[in-house]
Amino acid sequence: MAVIDLPQDRQQSRPALRRHKAEGWWALSLPLLLFLLLPLLALIFYSSPAELVANLRLPQVRQALSLSLRTSTWATLAAVVLGMPVAYLLARRQFPGRVLLDNLIDLPIVLPPAVAGLSLLLVFGRRGLLGAPLNELGVRITFTELAVIIAQTFIAVSLFIRAASIGFAGVESELEDAAAIDGANPWQIFRRVTLPISRRAVLSGAAMAWARALGEFGATIIFAGNFPGRTQTMPLAIYLGFELNLDVAVTLSIILVAFSFVVLLLVKLVLGRGEGGP
Amino acid sequence: MVNRSSIVRLGLLLTLLIMPVVMTIGCAGEPAPTSQSPATEVAVPTEEAPLPATEAAELPQKLEDVTLTVFAAASLADAFTQMGKQFDAANPGVTTEFNFAGSNQLATQINEGAPADVFASANIAQMDAVVESGMAAADAPVLFVTNRLVVVIPADNPGEIQSLQDLAEPGKLIVLAAEEVPVGRYSLEFLDKASADPAFGDSFRDDVLANVASYEENVRSVLNKVALGEADAGIVYTSDLFGVAGVESLEIPDALNVLAEYPIAALSGSENPDVAAAFVEYVLSTPGQAVMMYFGFSPSVR
Repeated sequence: MAVIDLPQDRQQSRPALRRHKAEGWWALSLPLLLFLLLPLLALIFYSSPAELVANLRLPQVRQALSLSLRTSTWATLAAVVLGMPVAYLLARRQFPGRVLLDNLIDLPIVLPPAVAGLSLLLVFGRRGLLGAPLNELGVRITFTELAVIIAQTFIAVSLFIRAASIGFAGVESELEDAAAIDGANPWQIFRRVTLPISRRAVLSGAAMAWARALGEFGATIIFAGNFPGRTQTMPLAIYLGFELNLDVAVTLSIILVAFSFVVLLLVKLVLGRGEGGP
Repeated sequence: MVNRSSIVRLGLLLTLLIMPVVMTIGCAGEPAPTSQSPATEVAVPTEEAPLPATEAAELPQKLEDVTLTVFAAASLADAFTQMGKQFDAANPGVTTEFNFAGSNQLATQINEGAPADVFASANIAQMDAVVESGMAAADAPVLFVTNRLVVVIPADNPGEIQSLQDLAEPGKLIVLAAEEVPVGRYSLEFLDKASADPAFGDSFRDDVLANVASYEENVRSVLNKVALGEADAGIVYTSDLFGVAGVESLEIPDALNVLAEYPIAALSGSENPDVAAAFVEYVLSTPGQAVMMYFGFSPSVR
């Protein structure tokens, strides 16, 4: 859904000469547009706006919404801070095993989230590789908000690294070299040259990571469990809502979809105004 | 550099694409894989329940290649897979197929017209829904087993839980199924009953709930959290314990226990009503009931 408006953007920026050909592309794009739009419309027309508002007032919905926003924001920050160096390495450096690292980054995308959740349990769980020594120190990660953030970061970080890496690779090496000749140290080069030029890619990577974290379900429910207000994020509340009350589940879904849509749209509008970038 | 990484990625992609195909071929020759429990492969008899496998519920005439489709609650998966093998062996020409899922999903599918011959539900409410929509005759459903609650703890008992009362001790880490799923509701009923019992005291329910770290989406994930040692205790069905290693259980006495009643019915839309009726009869027969007991179910109380 977040991607749909992109071609439109591009189209508008093209010369008028090409515009007369657009009708054919619109016709060819229609099946996919309908395929993506119809389920969302069906969701929206399933319940009334009054119900939506009533459900927004439910304490459990508010808890889930605020928990989701909090954890997905932390997860995005973690993905950006931890992912940035890796993205830069992949874009700029040649080293043995680079291909392996590249593939490792893709793994969370292909791994079924439930498997990701189990793997995280085996590392951070009470008997896990790191979890067991931490447990000795009296620190428990499973079933906490931190576990939600860890699960979301694990699932979402790849999306950020991919986008940021492409952005960094698009920055001409000559610019970095020139800065180096002028006496800038590597950090200054990254901070003053590479990052500003690739700002657009980095921000859109962060937005995608945020959206992925917000929708994360499988790894969270296995690794963090489900406790209202502590680990029950929106997707978990929606899933459990299906067991009890379809109407509540649907309105929760609409809230989640609307929220992601608006935030991603804002990010794109801000990015659209920015200059430069790939 | 771009080429090399794209070749490797292509390789990974191909492997991923081929893997399911290879695995499907690999499985084709084997009998249908049931679950991690090896015992389901073997004919079921045990010391307490020896099975005369080919008795009862044989059909009057031999049938040519009838496929019977049974929609059954997920908790019946192990037991009914074995049941199907025995029923098929007793009735040459019949092949029994199963669709295991949550009872509410199954009831919805049946009411939406999914082709099913028999429905076995983990609760009466979902069977009622099927009867109400006319997919089963009002007198068709029969209660065939009950499932009991049991407290499950990791074998090494990290929470040092020796009795049901210990569940209320501050600091224990407990997982329950969410209230939204039947076993979660039953778990709360048990806590209510216990709180009314002087042996546990008024605050038992609240004290236990204060220890709950997670309300899991289904009974299997309660069991898994306990088996992995993430929780000190959980509440599951006795039938869930079949073939599970690494856990111990703590009985819940009858007076406090909550019995989940399982109804079964031949569906009115069945194209093979005789075979459907014979399957139901087989489940209720002595060998059929022995299978259910072997897999941790209890006899129906009514």
